[in-house]
Amino acid sequence: MSENLIEAENLVKRYNGTAVVKGISFTIGRGEIFGLLGPNGAGKTTTILMLLGLSEMSGGKARVCGHDPVREPLAVKRRVGYLPDQVGFYDNLSAADNLRYTARLIGLAPHEREAKIKASLDHVGLAGVADHRVSTFSRGMKQRLGLAEILMKDVQVAILDEPTSGLDPLATIELLDIIRNLKRHDVSVLLSSHLLERVQSVCDRVALFSAGNIVLMGTVPELRQKVLGGGFPVEIEAEGEGLHDRLVTIPGVRSVEELGSNKFRLLADSDVRPQAAAAVVAAGGRLYQISDMPSLEMIYSRYFENLAQAEEPLPTQMGKRHAA
Amino acid sequence: MQREGSPWQGLGVVTLKELSDHLTSWRMFVLEWLVAITAVVSVYVTIQQVGEVTAEDPYLLLRFFTRGTPLPFVALLSFLVPLVSIGLGFDLVNSEHNQRTLSRVLSQPIYRDALLFGKFLAGLATISISLIALWLLLIGLGLVMLGIPPGAEEVGRTLVFLLVTIAYAGVWLALALLFSILFRSAATAALAALGLWLFLTILWPLMMPLVANLLTPSGDVLALLNTQMVLARISPSALFNEVVAVILDPSLRSTQQSMFAQMGLMLIERGAVPGAPIPLMQSILVVWGQIVGLVAGTIMLFVIGYVVFQRQEVRA
Repeated sequence: MSENLIEAENLVKRYNGTAVVKGISFTIGRGEIFGLLGPNGAGKTTTILMLLGLSEMSGGKARVCGHDPVREPLAVKRRVGYLPDQVGFYDNLSAADNLRYTARLIGLAPHEREAKIKASLDHVGLAGVADHRVSTFSRGMKQRLGLAEILMKDVQVAILDEPTSGLDPLATIELLDIIRNLKRHDVSVLLSSHLLERVQSVCDRVALFSAGNIVLMGTVPELRQKVLGGGFPVEIEAEGEGLHDRLVTIPGVRSVEELGSNKFRLLADSDVRPQAAAAVVAAGGRLYQISDMPSLEMIYSRYFENLAQAEEPLPTQMGKRHAA
Repeated sequence: MQREGSPWQGLGVVTLKELSDHLTSWRMFVLEWLVAITAVVSVYVTIQQVGEVTAEDPYLLLRFFTRGTPLPFVALLSFLVPLVSIGLGFDLVNSEHNQRTLSRVLSQPIYRDALLFGKFLAGLATISISLIALWLLLIGLGLVMLGIPPGAEEVGRTLVFLLVTIAYAGVWLALALLFSILFRSAATAALAALGLWLFLTILWPLMMPLVANLLTPSGDVLALLNTQMVLARISPSALFNEVVAVILDPSLRSTQQSMFAQMGLMLIERGAVPGAPIPLMQSILVVWGQIVGLVAGTIMLFVIGYVVFQRQEVRA
């Protein structure tokens, strides 16, 4: 992962004087899956379009596969595959014809064109409907066709904008599998999404985007450490005699907080969920619920909660100020 | 700043794909039938009235284009060509937005230049194919029905007429393309293009004398007629009508001849025999300005569309 295929430095985009991307910087290594995550309208798609040379940068610079997207957009586009948000294909053409058109645009030699189209459609499970018109395809099938286009192109970088948006759970699992497969082929993936939980499982690193800024960046455990502090929080809903005392004695547990009737929050050095479950059983109690590992969504919302708390003046200070 | 690579990379691929889309679309099927029926009806009506034309007429074939009541073939074309051009061009770019294909296509190694120019070329090629077919149909029907082979001068004149008609189609296609860039809704683009066409073709000739009256000092009839003519030429249909009138009628020496005739005057050049035909090259020179006007109009509208398209955001 030492070689960076995407390098963005202080990227800025302004529309009518208003900055929508405010000087963001990040790098993506070869074979890395990098998630650009955040709510809709945060500036993710704009950033992607700037990296592809499809939108002018108002400031900063970028290198994609060693090329400048502003001066050498064709060189960048030859090496990058792009799956836009709600990808569209020509409805009057079949899946294979749509790929044939792309193959001609990218200049694939006629002798390798058909083999590549067939292989890529096979890969995404659309070989059986290769000659069907795209107008008959579901959204998930169109997303897979978009990935087939990227596979056919033999790219070094795949940029996927909201690839799981609007997909049912099964289609999402299939799509994430294909994305993992891209990584196995040493393709770097830049993945943008507002559905944090859906994509966190495939990302090596993530950048959390908010209002045109990257507010957090790193691996999920790193972000967890940064935002939630050291340790693993576990929430349990269970009933049993002396449960609090038993939970406190689990090796690695730093503190146990009672959140209400039968609800506990543990802070531990490591993942103690199996031990916590065992403690409930040992107490002859009943386990109703045990929390998942802290999700990106939790990290993200906690980050903003912390930020809001830090900015909010303390009531005592306010009182003092009034008194003065 | 110099961009890498050719702006025309992928132009051929885009043009061929768009051409194939046009030629296989239901829209084109309907338009082609409309044009074909027009040709047959026009020839049939002209044949009915061919008794008025003598066999000695050296430009018998040209009468096929200009005779025929109530609407001669050229008048029908003047009406139909904008309709076909707008029909083919009103959704060239906005359909890419609406189908969400634009960002995906532009993420391939091509520039926007190739996409836009390819779409325009394909549209123009489609109309050209229809017009050439129509031209051949008319000449063939004329040959069969009259039994007299056309002369080289006649064929040359109809060929120039064909090229001018393609240029005329280019203006309306470029206008439709511009509106397809400006308006994301295809219906709005179609309505705007059709509205402008109706305004320039029907309303402007009615309004134009009033505007000319306001612009010229009272009493100066010649200045008034001159202003009227200049204002009339704002409409591509007026330019086209002036060109075809002169190209298809070798006896016309000026586009102003009909205007002078209205005033009871005859335009007689020094040494010229009134009513004597002039060679094709002379006819072309008479309407060269109008031909250049049509081509320039096409280029101007395309360039405006090009600039707007280059500045547009790709995202849907």
